[in-house]
Amino acid sequence: MSRLKSILLLEDDVVDASTITQAIDDLKVKNELVHKTDGEQGLEYLRDPANEKPGLILLDLNMPKVNGIEFLQAIKADRRLKKIPVVVMTVSKYERDKFDTFGLGIAGYVVKPVDYATFLDSMNTIIQYWMLNDLVDREREVENAKL
Amino acid sequence: MRNSKPILLVEDDNVDAMTVKRALKDLRVTNPLVHSANGEEAIGYLRNDANEKPCVILLDLNMPKMNGIEFLKVAKSDEMLKRIPAVVLTTSKDDRDKVESFELNVAGYIVKPVDYKKFVEAIRIVNLYWTLSELPSHEQENENAKLETHIAY
Repeated sequence: MSRLKSILLLEDDVVDASTITQAIDDLKVKNELVHKTDGEQGLEYLRDPANEKPGLILLDLNMPKVNGIEFLQAIKADRRLKKIPVVVMTVSKYERDKFDTFGLGIAGYVVKPVDYATFLDSMNTIIQYWMLNDLVDREREVENAKL
Repeated sequence: MRNSKPILLVEDDNVDAMTVKRALKDLRVTNPLVHSANGEEAIGYLRNDANEKPCVILLDLNMPKMNGIEFLKVAKSDEMLKRIPAVVLTTSKDDRDKVESFELNVAGYIVKPVDYKKFVEAIRIVNLYWTLSELPSHEQENENAKLETHIAY
């Protein structure tokens, strides 16, 4: 993940969102964390050309209005958004959810640990992995879009 | 890795394949490593029901016969294979390769570090991440595929 790109968090639960914000802060992650509370808001944010596309999306599944699965269906059908990696972060251990979300091309499925120390470890692994990754530069994306 | 299923390495360069093998051994990753020398061979392995489906695919891009991008196009449009996470492991920093790979839903794109220590560190993080992440169960896929076949009739 580029050191400068933002992370988009889609999470309706206030406590869960603040835990993730806290973890990002504790891990001294420099990337900006953008928080939206449902899939509809997430899509609006991503489709607004004024906003820079995030380097990574952290996605809760159970949300009002547009839920995680519906959000995935929408972005994976959108040429400009489908290449942003999405990591599902959920309390759901349902096989059906794993099956459906991997079928929609997610790049990870993490069941949120309850205690904070374990949660911090999980976030650390996620951040390390995506820092290791070589993601698409925004400048290049703009050029490709023009083509 | 999260389970004990094999890791499928698709890599034409024997030296690079040995390096991956050595790194996994040094990290005490116990999953068996299955090595295919190109995309065509890998598709053959994946479509053979006698072979256990891998937990993760580590994919080189520049290969003869069927390259990494062509492999992804086939694997990601195959209902039985598309859910297996594929992580690109390449020397290519080409933006077009990155864009195409992510458009084909890769679950990671890692430029191979030349230095062995850094390479092991990269593989360590990949292993850690795919131990943390849940994986879809292929048994579920088989069940669903059966159901879909029945519905089709």
